[in-house]
Amino acid sequence: MSYKFHQFQVVGRGLPTESDEHPKIYRMKLWATNEVRAKSKFWYFLRKLKKVKKSNGQMLAINEIFEKNPTTIKNYGIWLRYQSRTGYHNMYKEYRDTTLNGGIEQMYTEMASRHRVRHHCIQVIKTATIPAKLCKRESTKQFHNSKIKFPLVFKKVRLPTRKLKTTYKASRPNLFV
Amino acid sequence: MPFKRYVEVGRIALVNYGKDYGKLVVIVDVIDQNRALVDAPDMVRGQMNFKRLTLTDIKIDIKRVPNKKTLVAALEAADVKNKWESSSWGRKLIVQKKRASLNDFDRFKIMLAKIKKAGVVRQELAKLKKETTA
Repeated sequence: MSYKFHQFQVVGRGLPTESDEHPKIYRMKLWATNEVRAKSKFWYFLRKLKKVKKSNGQMLAINEIFEKNPTTIKNYGIWLRYQSRTGYHNMYKEYRDTTLNGGIEQMYTEMASRHRVRHHCIQVIKTATIPAKLCKRESTKQFHNSKIKFPLVFKKVRLPTRKLKTTYKASRPNLFV
Repeated sequence: MPFKRYVEVGRIALVNYGKDYGKLVVIVDVIDQNRALVDAPDMVRGQMNFKRLTLTDIKIDIKRVPNKKTLVAALEAADVKNKWESSSWGRKLIVQKKRASLNDFDRFKIMLAKIKKAGVVRQELAKLKKETTA
C-alpha cells in the first residue's frame, strides 16, 4: 500500500551564537508528502512557537517513521485544527486502519470531501492509538464486534485486468452478491 | 432470497483483481465498511478492499486475528484446499487454468480426443435410433 502522506521526525535548532553556545534542540513529528516539504513544515511550526527561522537555524536530522505493526488494526484518534471559510476550528476524528499513515490519509480525504478543506489548511495537533473502550464515534465503534457478520449486498462485476475491458457485452451481469 | 455468504472472521474469499488474483484468502478481521484484513499461508497479512474479493461458501473456525501458525493449522483441519478443488467452482477454475496453459501439441491431442468422443456418441445415438424405428 503506498501512502501519499509520510510521517517524518524532524530535529532542528537555532544556530549557535556567542550569547547562546548550545541552543535548545527541538523535535517534531509531522506528516508531509516528501522530506523537503517536511523540513519546510518544521520551520513553519517552529517559527510560530520560538523566535527562530530557517535562515538562522539548522536542521539536525530528518527521519521517516514507519509503522511498527502494519498487520494489526488500530483505532486512531486525530486532533486537528483547520481553517474554514469563516475561521479556525478544532476537530477530533476517529479512523480505523492498519497504519497511522493510512489513518492520516483518510483524514485528509474526509476533510476535503466533508468540509471542503484542502490539506494545506489542516494542522494535525495530536494523534493517538485509541483502545476500543475509549472510542467516541459510533462509526468506529460499530466494528468493535468480535463476531462481526454482514453480507455484501451488491456485487460490482469487474474484469480482472483493465486490458480485458470491453464497451459492449453480450449478456447482462448478475449482481447478486 | 436471503443472503448466504457473509463477511465474517474465517470466511474464505477469492481475490478477483490485482496482484494476488486467483488466490484463496481468509478474512481475518474487518477494518471498516469497505476493507478487511486478509491472510493466506503464502502472503503477508494485509488489508484488502471487498471490491477485490469474491466470497465463497467455505468458512473456517478461527478467532479474530489468529497468529499465522494457528491459521495454517485451522486451514489444514478444515481441509480448505480439497473442499475448494472438489467444489464445482474450484474445478471450473482448474480447467480454465489448464486450458490456458496448453501448447499446440496438447491442443492437437485434445482435437483427436474430441473427434473420437463425438464418434462414439454418434454411434450410440445411431443404435438408439435404430431401436426406436425398428
